[in-house]
Amino acid sequence: MAEPVLAVEDLRTHFFTQDGVTRAVDGLNFTVGAGETLGIVGESGCGKSVTALSVMRLLPAGLGRTVGGKVLFGGRDLLQLDEAQMRRIRGDRIAMIFQEPMTSLNPVLSVGEQIAESVMIHQGKTKAEAWARAAEMLALVRIADAERRVKDYPHQFSGGMRQRVMIAIALSCHPQLLIADEPTTALDVTIQAQILKLMIELKSRIGAAILLITHDLGVVAETCQRVVVMYAGRKVEEASVLDLFDRPLHPYTRGLMASIPRHRRAGPPPRRLQEIPGIVPNLRDPIAGCAFAPRCPLATARCTAEAPSLRSAGTHSVACWEVTP
Amino acid sequence: MSGTILRRLLSMLPVMGVVAICVFLLLHLAPGDPASIIAGENATPENIARIREQLGLDQPVWKQFLVWIAAMLHGDLGTSLFWGDTVLSLIGQRAEPTVSLALTTLAVAVFLAIAIGVLAASHAGTWIDRLVMGFAVLGFSVPVFVVGYLLIFVFAVNLKWLPVQGYSPLAEGLLPWLRNLVLPSVALGMAYVALIARITRTTMLDVLAEDYMRTARAKGVATRAMLFRHALKNAAVPIATVVGNGVALLIGGVVITETVFNIPGIGRLVVDAIARRDYPIIQGVIMVFSGVYVLVNLLVDLSYTLFDPRVRG
Ligand SMILES: Nc1ncnc2c1ncn2[C@@H]1O[C@H](COP(=O)(O)OP(=O)(O)OP(=O)(O)O)[C@@H](O)[C@H]1O
Ligand SMILES: [Mg+2]
Repeated sequence: MAEPVLAVEDLRTHFFTQDGVTRAVDGLNFTVGAGETLGIVGESGCGKSVTALSVMRLLPAGLGRTVGGKVLFGGRDLLQLDEAQMRRIRGDRIAMIFQEPMTSLNPVLSVGEQIAESVMIHQGKTKAEAWARAAEMLALVRIADAERRVKDYPHQFSGGMRQRVMIAIALSCHPQLLIADEPTTALDVTIQAQILKLMIELKSRIGAAILLITHDLGVVAETCQRVVVMYAGRKVEEASVLDLFDRPLHPYTRGLMASIPRHRRAGPPPRRLQEIPGIVPNLRDPIAGCAFAPRCPLATARCTAEAPSLRSAGTHSVACWEVTP
Repeated sequence: MSGTILRRLLSMLPVMGVVAICVFLLLHLAPGDPASIIAGENATPENIARIREQLGLDQPVWKQFLVWIAAMLHGDLGTSLFWGDTVLSLIGQRAEPTVSLALTTLAVAVFLAIAIGVLAASHAGTWIDRLVMGFAVLGFSVPVFVVGYLLIFVFAVNLKWLPVQGYSPLAEGLLPWLRNLVLPSVALGMAYVALIARITRTTMLDVLAEDYMRTARAKGVATRAMLFRHALKNAAVPIATVVGNGVALLIGGVVITETVFNIPGIGRLVVDAIARRDYPIIQGVIMVFSGVYVLVNLLVDLSYTLFDPRVRG
């Protein structure tokens, strides 16, 4: 693989609340290659969003803090930059889109202003040039009648269209990395597919890499080249998408596979989603062994006592005592 | 748009009607007889009766009310019992100091309050925030006259930086006009600033926690633009509402401030009129003040469309 755009090394992000310390991300490693689409999957609360926010350094001030590790981007550790340097990277070299299209756009600024703003901040363009770019970007994300609609406000767009606007903002400065945190979770299934397709198409056009966060392995299958499976703030498995679907190793990954809903295809009504029994562990209590052990069908005494380290064969790696990569 | 404005102006009429009834009843049910006050201490009962007849005070209350309303609809607020001049001309003569005081206070207070409210919200939980909030509680709970006398004592009597009291018309120079307005404006504006600063802080805190503010940060927007371009415009509607409602504080405060600082404005006019039971002046001034209040709030309502595209429809 070519030099990665992003390399996250031993990332540790903790939340300091009155009830104690939550280890939301606890020693995470992964890389995103240039032009690649990497998926991060895992159940709700496993630290996917916190990972993304740590990379962008957008954690809620005073609550969450990255206490260790490195976030290497273009040869620099983003965790060492000051706020002004970080601002120059955000929205320019690394862009981000969020899960909630209905609330992620500013209701009192026109979509044109919101796209043009990025262009003016990062590329020093004049207002007129930036507005022209805004209309261009809007057309690029396939909003009909873009020239006229740049002047419209978010409430005049549907959820799917707003997510297109978010994509337009994110790609307006041609970033090297696009972080998409559950970009389609809030949308209708038919719209989901359109948005994913658009994202993939545009990222190849501008040559960006994507870090796609999702809890839906179906989305991963359709869009990613590689995938990292997260559980309780750690990586439990990593593989190419083909390998993972071919030969899921970690019992947790297998559980996730079994719970992929079938409603994507036409046919008989969806059967009940098979969920993994048990609940996600409380990240506040330090976990001695494997975090998944209490829910794992293969768990042994060793699993609850000793944390498994990541072992790999080729590009496929897994953290589990009971399976071999 | 002009249709909306016309409709809203017409909707003021019933409000003003209710105000008129309340004002009239309150004054006419209150104890004290203007005729005997005008007649003086040694007046005979016949004397007083004659004066009462002249002033129309011998008529039934409902009739007096109808006469007053009918005149008002013709733009006539009546004639002062004491001065013999029309109420309108008396208000006109006293308008400049009051308008000067109210407008300068309004402008400075709104600007200042929003600035410190935004400052507090953007430094939530720090000593800056606590300082601003402490001031807001204090500014709201200390009465205007206490602040007024305190300011006079410190800045006029002790330090001798500013005049103790009085008013200097704008026509006689900008500087004396300003120097005379500083202390009264501060006294008058204190509660108003506190009120607006508090709502600005609260609303800004809510806005700053919104998803779109995170989007703005993810775009690399600088702090100042985040606060003023992205957040403040979203907070504008609640702030504008309080700016409008708070004008009631200014109107009430003007009456006290003019008395404390001996400013010959409409506030003083009405305080003197109350002492003399000069009904027409009291009624007229209250009607004018109410009209201003209702009109300001109408303007505030109309301003919402400037801030929020969603109410433009
Ligand atoms: N603002 C916060 N305050 C305290 N703890 C937080 C906060 N945000 C996240 N956490 C903690 O971090 C953990 C990981 O949260 P995160 O939002 O990254 O989950 P996620 O994988 O993105 O889940 P989802 O699929 O629901 O978005 C949570 O379990 C929670 O305990
Ligand atoms: Mg999330």
